[in-house]
Amino acid sequence: MCLGVPGKIVEIYQADGLRMGRVDFGGVQREACLEYVPEAQLGDYTVIHVGFAISRLSEEEALTSLEILREIVNLEEETRTDVRGGELA
Amino acid sequence: MKYVSEFRDPVLVERGLEGIRRTITRPWVLMEICGGQTHAIVRSGLDQLLPPEIELVHGPGCPVCVTPLEQIDKALAIASRPEVIFTSYGDMLRVPGSGKDLFGVRAAGGDVRVVYSPLDAVRLAEDHPDRQVVFFAIGFETTAPANAMSVLQAHAKGLKNFSVLVSHVRVPPAIRAILGSPTNRVQGFLAAGHVCAVMGYWEYLSIAESFRTPVVVTGFEPLDIVQGILATVRQLEKGRHFAENAYSRVVTEEGNRPAQGIIQRVFKEIDRKWRGIGTIPMSGWGLADEFEAFDAERRFQVEDIAPNESPLCIAGQILQGMKRPHDCSAFGGACTPEHPLGATMVSSEGACAAYYRYGQ
Repeated sequence: MCLGVPGKIVEIYQADGLRMGRVDFGGVQREACLEYVPEAQLGDYTVIHVGFAISRLSEEEALTSLEILREIVNLEEETRTDVRGGELA
Repeated sequence: MKYVSEFRDPVLVERGLEGIRRTITRPWVLMEICGGQTHAIVRSGLDQLLPPEIELVHGPGCPVCVTPLEQIDKALAIASRPEVIFTSYGDMLRVPGSGKDLFGVRAAGGDVRVVYSPLDAVRLAEDHPDRQVVFFAIGFETTAPANAMSVLQAHAKGLKNFSVLVSHVRVPPAIRAILGSPTNRVQGFLAAGHVCAVMGYWEYLSIAESFRTPVVVTGFEPLDIVQGILATVRQLEKGRHFAENAYSRVVTEEGNRPAQGIIQRVFKEIDRKWRGIGTIPMSGWGLADEFEAFDAERRFQVEDIAPNESPLCIAGQILQGMKRPHDCSAFGGACTPEHPLGATMVSSEGACAAYYRYGQ
């Protein structure tokens, strides 16, 4: 119930006074209520729970967190190499 | 899939694991609150790949597991009424009540239907003005925005034949209860990413501070979980304790304000009993006074039914991280997903179901 995969908003419309949309999950499309993500636009990714978008995904943050992990481990590897280098010298 | 496959990249996961191995110097006990994360951890085999110093205990974040037996018995009583169409998230149908489950009610002729969204239940009420449509509004903060909106929609449409049986629970009071227990062993928390997507993590700032325990907002893909664990271990090893966000592509500190606003309008904080755990003060939401006309318990006058829990089931201790599924004498024998004694064996978020399904 708390799992939610990000889907891409492919259509936005009003129904019954609510902001609704169609969201594409890798080819499978479902209707979702977009009332809680008023800032979300066509093409944005959102996390959907029980038919409601609860968060607009930040592409910038997604790339940053991937980058941070790559860098952290690289840094640690470099540091270790330096230490080893120092010992050898 | 975009934003999914990158966070399952085995090379990066291994790098993150290596980061944890290099950081850790002694044993630590971490709890992942969310049952969805428990499943992700066991399914991906992360629990086998983490260094032995890390003990992951599984938390109470399984909504159908903690829905109290009394509420399920009320659901069974309401769903058995001939005028009622009883609607629920699918997970709830096989959760055993005192006598039977909702599938049993359906087999006996009750009109029990699974809905994907609570708005589907509102539509059913519109389509069947001669019937009473009841929605079982359970869950944590993730389902609350949807459940609250169904009440608002029914209110706006003036529907007299729609009501909700509410059994909502909230994560922060549960974390406080776990950390405040004299038997607590948990030294760091992975906070549930999607709960925080709705509520933000500002409530965890004071929890981390007052209990001197790291709380790290964590997502659901293997890389998210590795990042969450790495951040927690870093804090622990440095003797630090603060609320940190390791799921920033989805979660902000303030959370989803429109959703919080609707939740505050439709619900009010109340004491809530958690199945297997007991009552946690102000740990749940019930309908606000303005919307009490939509309260199924009032509409159908269901009394508190004396519940009858299986004496073998140790789900309560499992939900608090005190025991593991294998510690249960019934696990895999008297209790299986086909014949569950407790809700933790039923749910796609229950720890026992995860261990059973992935052969741990």
